Amino acid sequence: MVRVVRTGQSAPAQFDLSKQSVSELNKFVHGHLEGVTEVRVENPDGAHSIAVAVDAPLRIEIGGNVGYFCAGLNKQATVMIDGNAGPGVAENMMSGRVEVAGFASGGAGASAHGGLLVIHGDAGLRCGISLKGADIVVGGDVGSFSAFMAQAGRIVICGNAAEGLGDSLYEAVVYVRGGIRSLGADAEVQPMGAEDTAAVTALLAAAGIGHPAREFKRVGSARKLYHWNVDANQEY
Amino acid sequence: MCGIVGLLVKKPVLRERLGEMMVPMLIGMTERGPDSSGMAVFTEPVTGKRRKLSLYCADASFDWKHAEGVLSERCDDVSLAVGANHAVLTTTSEPVALRAWLRTEFPDMRVLSVGRSIDLYKDVGLPVEVAERYHFATLRGTHLVGHTRMATESAVTPENAHPYTAGEDWCLVHNGSLANPGSIQRKLEKLGVHFESDCDTECACRYIHWRLDEGDTLEQALEKAFEDFDGFFTFLMGTHDKLALVRDPFACKPAVVAETDDYVAIASEFRSLAHLPDVRHARVFEPKPVQVYSWSV
Repeated sequence: MVRVVRTGQSAPAQFDLSKQSVSELNKFVHGHLEGVTEVRVENPDGAHSIAVAVDAPLRIEIGGNVGYFCAGLNKQATVMIDGNAGPGVAENMMSGRVEVAGFASGGAGASAHGGLLVIHGDAGLRCGISLKGADIVVGGDVGSFSAFMAQAGRIVICGNAAEGLGDSLYEAVVYVRGGIRSLGADAEVQPMGAEDTAAVTALLAAAGIGHPAREFKRVGSARKLYHWNVDANQEY
Repeated sequence: MCGIVGLLVKKPVLRERLGEMMVPMLIGMTERGPDSSGMAVFTEPVTGKRRKLSLYCADASFDWKHAEGVLSERCDDVSLAVGANHAVLTTTSEPVALRAWLRTEFPDMRVLSVGRSIDLYKDVGLPVEVAERYHFATLRGTHLVGHTRMATESAVTPENAHPYTAGEDWCLVHNGSLANPGSIQRKLEKLGVHFESDCDTECACRYIHWRLDEGDTLEQALEKAFEDFDGFFTFLMGTHDKLALVRDPFACKPAVVAETDDYVAIASEFRSLAHLPDVRHARVFEPKPVQVYSWSV
């Protein structure tokens, strides 16, 4: 049974995950919303799969830390996490916005096709792995192997990047403000053009993070892995 | 998949509540490890020549009264605290020879741990069942290391449950899997190290203990482990006065730490930490790969 407190059209639907299950919440946000535009989730306490596969222009506020796969497959919704996120936050997001106030664990925004993921703290390993068109803004550092095989989309990193950034990168672009411990195969630092400056400025403004775009460097694909090179002897 | 949990209390008054604080942490990791679980608790050390041995016998009808009589004849200054199919033997007899003797005298008995501080419990079953069987909520001490197991590479048996121990006052739990436990085991067996199970984690536990025994610091021992271990791991380790945590360079296996003025709590996932007092104001962070984190009593 879904127990939803709804005092009026404009009041958010309330869920308390210390008393209600994630399934109840997810069934509600997948169902007939009857004018509900906001959902407030209390006591998430690290539960998995909170607000996954939402396909509605909802604003979902989560008051605490979430576990694996929060807001995965998101379409249209704005999901605000007032805490830290476990692995795979906004994995395969299609559109909308997911925002994490604290840190996000590994695989944040993995294979996301669209929308904006904002992580105000650090992101763990493999942030934006296989990114397919979404934008990610990280206020802090990212872990190793971030942007691995990222195909499209943009990742803005305000802090430092750990090892193997952008390994086997396709046409996604990474902007880094801090240091890069190492670049992955076929990733290279490229000159910032006017379009890059505009992109970084717009993405930071959208994320509400204030750094001048001139402090960022661009990492893109050298495109040497695009074609088979018989002379490379399997060494890239 | 497996779940790891660790807790170290900083204030002596909280030592009374160590087990009570830990049980929800362990049960919180049930989905990650429903087939077996275990707990190593480090208590006030016994003094002088005394050592504590945690003993286990799978057979619930094992006659501990009889065993106590036999032990009293063989060993010096014996006390035996029995709970379910588990007992803590305290004695001043030399532990290495005693272990060898126990293997012959009581072939069905397992020595789970030896040391001045460590008590160890592990068994098959849901974490909630194991916690009730051994009264984990009543455990007292300075720190503990717990585990919930979902077996991937070896059978579900009490021997293959974690924590593993080696030597004295040393234990390790593992989330992950090693690809080369056989070669590590062969290397150590040539050096005279004895193995008791077929679980990859035992190799990690005995390898790191072997390096410590050779005089390495924990950091040096783990540096060598990074060279020799092929596989995935988050290890949580316990010594008489320390908890230590390390993740492999790929960090596939999760870990999260919450620290306050009262405690340091470690778990595979935040949902095992959510119930802890004042956790909303704790410093919560995710340990970085390859870095060794340690906390002292």
